[in-house]
Amino acid sequence: MSHAQYFLEATYLIASCLFVLGLKGLSHPDTARRGMIMAAAGMAAAVLGTLFHPDIHNYIYIAIGLILGSSIGIPMAMVPMTAMPQRTALSHAFGALAASMVGIAEYVIHGSNLGPVKVGALGLEVMLGSLTVTGSLIAAAKLQELMRGTPIMFKGQQIFNLLLFIVMIGSFITWIVNPAAQMFFYTMVGCAFVFGIMLVIPIGAADMPVVMSLLNSYAGLSSAATGFVLGNNVLIIAGTLDGFSGFILSILMCKAMNRSITNVLFGGFGAPVTAETTVSGSMREVGLDDVAVQLAYANQVVFVPGYGMATAQAQHACRELGNILEERGISVKYAIHPVAGRMPGHMNVLLAEANVPYSSLYEMEQINPEMPATDVAVVIGANDVVNPDARDNPKSLIAGMPIIEVDKAKSVVVLKRGKGKGFSGLENPLFFKPVTGMLYGDAKTSLTNLVQAVQKV
Amino acid sequence: MEHLLFHPVGFIAALALIEGNKELSFNPAVLIASLYVFALAAFLGYQVISRVPPLLHTPLMSATNAISGISLIGSIVIAGSHYDQHQMLASILGCAAVTSAMINVTGGFLITDRMLKMFRKKEAVKPEEKK
Repeated sequence: MSHAQYFLEATYLIASCLFVLGLKGLSHPDTARRGMIMAAAGMAAAVLGTLFHPDIHNYIYIAIGLILGSSIGIPMAMVPMTAMPQRTALSHAFGALAASMVGIAEYVIHGSNLGPVKVGALGLEVMLGSLTVTGSLIAAAKLQELMRGTPIMFKGQQIFNLLLFIVMIGSFITWIVNPAAQMFFYTMVGCAFVFGIMLVIPIGAADMPVVMSLLNSYAGLSSAATGFVLGNNVLIIAGTLDGFSGFILSILMCKAMNRSITNVLFGGFGAPVTAETTVSGSMREVGLDDVAVQLAYANQVVFVPGYGMATAQAQHACRELGNILEERGISVKYAIHPVAGRMPGHMNVLLAEANVPYSSLYEMEQINPEMPATDVAVVIGANDVVNPDARDNPKSLIAGMPIIEVDKAKSVVVLKRGKGKGFSGLENPLFFKPVTGMLYGDAKTSLTNLVQAVQKV
Repeated sequence: MEHLLFHPVGFIAALALIEGNKELSFNPAVLIASLYVFALAAFLGYQVISRVPPLLHTPLMSATNAISGISLIGSIVIAGSHYDQHQMLASILGCAAVTSAMINVTGGFLITDRMLKMFRKKEAVKPEEKK
């Protein structure tokens, strides 16, 4: 090995350690930033080392790529926090694109001289990468509402998907046996692109947390496969860390909805369904001043945000109301369901942006025992995550999904845009309970008005 | 669990992998070494990532995404090498790969830091507001 290569491998070893330490830092908000700086330093070391790679003779293309990439990447980091889900989906697409391009380039350069094991890894890399590219782009389009968020289904979809899958795997295997057959390789790539689209179009916007985690995992695994092709440890380690992180998150998200991954991917949830629940009674509408009085004389208030808070950009108004209540000596807590919003942890980031300290953010398991002692629970644009049917009605589509039990609070106020059903099309018996008052209107306007009303009490 | 990475077996596997890099086609020792690295990284990842609280799941996703932009180093080598026959095509693919990986690396780390900056303790929030 030359000196340059020893230097290279040393930087890769350092980078691997720094990545692990960086992720370890994420176990607490206090150490998280330092951790990320370490991980970024690891990345810089690995890139710097690679620039001294003995095979590199021409720096022009590298420079173009680095400059172009930074000039797109930096503006992409400046998006508003409410656009986090679609930004993350887009970056999954870019990560996967890089991995599959490296794979295709390796095949173009070395052709059939790679040997069966590398061919297998390369095939996996390109296949996973390509389907993640199109899948993530569709997910981003749905989240940005360039496409409608409801599932897209057509007749014979399952059979079409199955055939597509068989053709993709078939050409993959044929190509491993005969790596010189370029046609099979490119058929596989084409099928993977289409398969990525087919995988995400039947998925409803409310299931996006699972899909995002899954795509995160695929993007990571395709990087890990790149590591196998190039025989590069740091790629294997970083890719595997990403792959497993996505994998763990998707399991957590599925648990929080009491559904299996297959059910999310192939269930077409959110399609028009005949509701099993018949709810009797009527919704009780409450006035702004009533709510203001209730809040002002409460001992404990719990806010339960959902995706509606993100669309209404109501996080700042929510914090303002919380602050005014706290000044009156009321204990204010924020209860966050794991699948509230469109990606894991979505609500936490929005509230943190509005300066809510993280010690006031409570997980579902922490807040549920406190619900009976809560005077007012304020539901802001959340629906399924507070639907008591999940707990009480075994026939419900969401039966068994853990919920935030707001109906156990002494009083519930639901901020809702209109009287319509939520995204899943399910009737929510919470809205018909005697403890519940409905406050209609845009969440941000309602909250801002509540701030003024509370000040007058 | 973290110490597994520094376990003798992992270390020897890593050495074998470095030696094997010189050859184009895979030899079994290299494959086995790579599988060791993969398995150990998987264990390590599972242990480290299950400790991340739900509070930080969004930053976790963007951070791991930035880290997986490590395919940048593979892209750089392809974009910068000379290949007898397929030079142009390989260089263009490499250049595109460097671009998209770099988007992930810069964008991912910056936005993760921007998010983490917002997570504050109670005491830290108050003085900020008086400004």
